[in-house]
Amino acid sequence: MKRRVPLTIVFIVSLFMVIQYFVPLDSWAWMYQYLIDWTIIIGVFALLLGIWSLLRVNYEKIQRKSENWQYSIVTLLGLFIMIIVGFVPGWGNLENYTYQHLFYYVLVPIQATMFSLLAFFIASAAFRAFRARSALASLLLFSGLIIMIRFVPMGPLSEPISEIATWILQVPNLAAKRAIIIGIGLGAAATALKIMLGIERAYLGRD
Amino acid sequence: MNIFEKMVALDRRWVFLFLFVVVSFAYFFRNSFSVDVVTTKEVESIYDFIEGAEPGDKILMSFDYDPSSLAELHPMSRAIMLHCFRQGVQVIAVTLSQYGAGMVEEVLRDVSAEAAELYGREVSYGTDYCFIGYRPYPAFVILGMGENFRVFFPRDYYDTLLDDLPIMHRVRNYDDVKGVLSITSGTTSDMWIIYGNARYNMPLALGVTGVMATDYYPYLGNALFGLIGGWKGAAEYEQLVDQPHDANRGMPAQVAAHLTIVLFIIIGNIGYLMSGRKKPKIGV
Repeated sequence: MKRRVPLTIVFIVSLFMVIQYFVPLDSWAWMYQYLIDWTIIIGVFALLLGIWSLLRVNYEKIQRKSENWQYSIVTLLGLFIMIIVGFVPGWGNLENYTYQHLFYYVLVPIQATMFSLLAFFIASAAFRAFRARSALASLLLFSGLIIMIRFVPMGPLSEPISEIATWILQVPNLAAKRAIIIGIGLGAAATALKIMLGIERAYLGRD
Repeated sequence: MNIFEKMVALDRRWVFLFLFVVVSFAYFFRNSFSVDVVTTKEVESIYDFIEGAEPGDKILMSFDYDPSSLAELHPMSRAIMLHCFRQGVQVIAVTLSQYGAGMVEEVLRDVSAEAAELYGREVSYGTDYCFIGYRPYPAFVILGMGENFRVFFPRDYYDTLLDDLPIMHRVRNYDDVKGVLSITSGTTSDMWIIYGNARYNMPLALGVTGVMATDYYPYLGNALFGLIGGWKGAAEYEQLVDQPHDANRGMPAQVAAHLTIVLFIIIGNIGYLMSGRKKPKIGV
């Protein structure tokens, strides 16, 4: 019973979603919209679960004085400060001075800095990885260089380089990507079918 | 260790330092360089799409990025919105990124003020543009908006009923907007393709970061009618709308960075080939 009920719900709902996709009757539209409404409710619970999980993991880390436990204090402080600033009357709307300042002068520079560092790591990784070790590696190296230098103005060479880069992107890249996408699509369809038919039950957890 | 072996085993800190110096130099002395930006078909098709829109047509712009890619994606958001306001195309803004709301507010506020000054007419909230806000779980939000914007957004970001906004009158779902432009730095772009375009078949274009751009070429011409990739794409769009700004200013630094990386790749390969294809002896 414990397993049969959720498996039956999954089967009925997923069967409905599949059928309504391929047979778009007007009378089914309200049902589809009703199911989408449900996702909002489920989403709220998932959010609460996420906050609870974050609190528990970090609290335990602090309690046990695990490695780098100090960062957990920062995480929890960040969580509580943003919640308090967002909720306390007078501080707490999205046009609010404190909230906006914390966003623009703390979060934005932190994230921008982290992303900017990527340029240095890409440079270092390209230097180490792009070596003509074999025919295939040379092909990768050549393609990578062409794609990169298409951004660089090179006078009369710019146009042919741009054309080669476009060809690389739209012919071999496109062919390989489409093959991968089709493979992923077939895999996703097979997994969905397994879940629908109750063959794949990992989402139910352990008894 | 001969010179070629040293080239192969170059410490990564030299790479970091050299890149920092070159990019800083190119940025601070950007006015001394001129970079010709050649426009590409995938960017031009977005420009043509908006250029071909009638005044009063509506476009849904989804700002699905966070502060980490703000520098790369803000310029294209600005250029597209300026183009929309120039054409009298109305912009319905939404964000599917949890950090997006603050940034959308900023870009809407700044660009509407800039457009009003540039084109000498009032660009007002509720009539020329609106911001319907943020909701989590992008896949569901995309599906929900396909039925009715009001499923997830009964009110806009400022708590006004959507029905009270003139721009939203007679706008129910994707059928009532001319197209969707998603400016994104994450997987939301895939969701727009899978749940938005595949199911509702609305015209869709993407603005993505430079490193993401190659992933979306396979969709060009079928799921996507246009694609703007990174700063280069933004610089192209700025040129098309004749409003060169941050992306064009940043081009010398980007070109310098790319050349530096190419230079290091060449150095590494010369060293590798001349040293008899030996692996480096020290960690780099």
